[in-house]
Amino acid sequence: MAEEMRIVLRNVGKIDPLKIDDYINAGGYKSLAKAKSMDRKALIDEVKNSGLRGRGGAGFNCGMKWSFSYMLETDQKYVVCNADEGEPGTYKDRIIMMEDPQSLFEGMAICGYAIGSNKGYIYCRGEYPYVVERLNQAIAQAKVKGVLGDFDIEVRMGGGAYVCGEESALIESIEGHRGEPRFKPPFPGVEGLWGKPTIVNNVETYANIPAIVEKGADWFKNIGAASYPGTKILTLTGDVVNRTYFEVPTDVTIRDVIFGLGGGIVGGKNFKAVQIGGTSGGFIPEQLLDTPIDFDSMAKIGATLGTGAVFVMDETRDIVDIVDRISKFFEHESCGKCNPCREGTKRMHEIMHKINAGKGTVADMDLMENLGGVMCVACLCGLGQAAPAPVLTTLKHFKAEYAAKMN
Amino acid sequence: MADYKSIIDAYKDLPGGIIEAYHALQREFSYIPEEAIPYAAQVFGVSKPRAHGVATFYSYLRVGKRGKNVIRICESAPCHIAGADKVVAALEKELGIKMGESTSDGKFTLEFTECVGQCQATPVITINSKPYGDVTAEKIPAILAEYK
Repeated sequence: MAEEMRIVLRNVGKIDPLKIDDYINAGGYKSLAKAKSMDRKALIDEVKNSGLRGRGGAGFNCGMKWSFSYMLETDQKYVVCNADEGEPGTYKDRIIMMEDPQSLFEGMAICGYAIGSNKGYIYCRGEYPYVVERLNQAIAQAKVKGVLGDFDIEVRMGGGAYVCGEESALIESIEGHRGEPRFKPPFPGVEGLWGKPTIVNNVETYANIPAIVEKGADWFKNIGAASYPGTKILTLTGDVVNRTYFEVPTDVTIRDVIFGLGGGIVGGKNFKAVQIGGTSGGFIPEQLLDTPIDFDSMAKIGATLGTGAVFVMDETRDIVDIVDRISKFFEHESCGKCNPCREGTKRMHEIMHKINAGKGTVADMDLMENLGGVMCVACLCGLGQAAPAPVLTTLKHFKAEYAAKMN
Repeated sequence: MADYKSIIDAYKDLPGGIIEAYHALQREFSYIPEEAIPYAAQVFGVSKPRAHGVATFYSYLRVGKRGKNVIRICESAPCHIAGADKVVAALEKELGIKMGESTSDGKFTLEFTECVGQCQATPVITINSKPYGDVTAEKIPAILAEYK
């Protein structure tokens, strides 16, 4: 059975997050000192060789991303932390920021040194004002101690727009604009915040950095799955016994997560489906539960690891009703900039709602498959491209549930 | 109560600070007063439509009056299957208003929200952003009593 392995959450429950001395006594800020003793290129290579990939959902090699900004000569670069945790069922970044904020700051400062930046922003969702308060208190302590050197960190609040989890939309929002994604290229690593090279990484990604610098790339890359090494924090919701969070190596299987640490299904009922990675993730049926959770294994079964949200549904759940609700989410959260997403999410919800109300036809299912296929390739950003996944994967694995609602 | 101009002025030197100014207004008034939008436009050097466009883009921000205590009910999938509809019904009954409305005494507004990141305890509501988890219809009167 899978067991927890805490790298990112190593200090959670062991230190007082509002006592910076606790963090320092636990070895905190030694990694930043070590990083600063290293050549910047060698430091980035170490992060690259560790195999650490973005923990926000996109899974890009972290050190590789850093290298794009490192190479550029300019008067200013920025280190941005994506803490706009808006993916339904996800709250891991809140836990990190509330319980161990200094490890996030240390990771950001190491990135700052590596790419040559003295300014960091944490873009924290507006729904977390208590997290913003905690971060500001912790930043004030770090400043008094002088542990961040000349690296400055400022917190900015999001406004409840799911799309701002997309890095270029997030940058637009920090600049004080509507959070609409930019056309890429140029990518933020080259031209980001106020036109300057900008690294945008998730909270969990930065929080991995101090341990990687301390223990080395070889240590990290031997944990979990080879192509997506390390651990992942998972947050369990729905009909699972242990509705909680834990951190596990990335080679555990979905079955282990739900029936091992998750404790199985509430009330001894049978399992029906699990949606992993947030509300844009694919629905996974029983026969695929032995898949490891790592990024590439999940992609192979048409699912995602995403943010690590694990939404479990028992045998009594109405899949069509749940997907109807999810399709309403995407209609609401589409920013409206590109037509395939603005119109596509609206029509998808319209058809899902019609089917859920018992007024659908077989032709509607074909229409949704067609529309979903178009959106996957034609939408400007990840929001619209991923939005059809719940519909398409349930049409594939749970078609009988749709058929049962046909007019 | 502070006036909206001094609240906005406090952010005038912050690059991209218009959203932070809107949050500050909302902390004071529980919403963004209509008349604050043209002033924010002037202070941050953008057009009025643009300032309005920013304020209305973000669902956490609200332009125009609403109740002093804003109750938001999460309707994202994990809360949906945990019985958010029963919580909605209980709140509507207790306050005598429908979702999206405010009580006539100006004390409460009911709104839907998407995930607020407290999914260890679904269904979740927030009152002035303070989360309440594992909410049931039975718990509603006691929760609201704190704000009456």
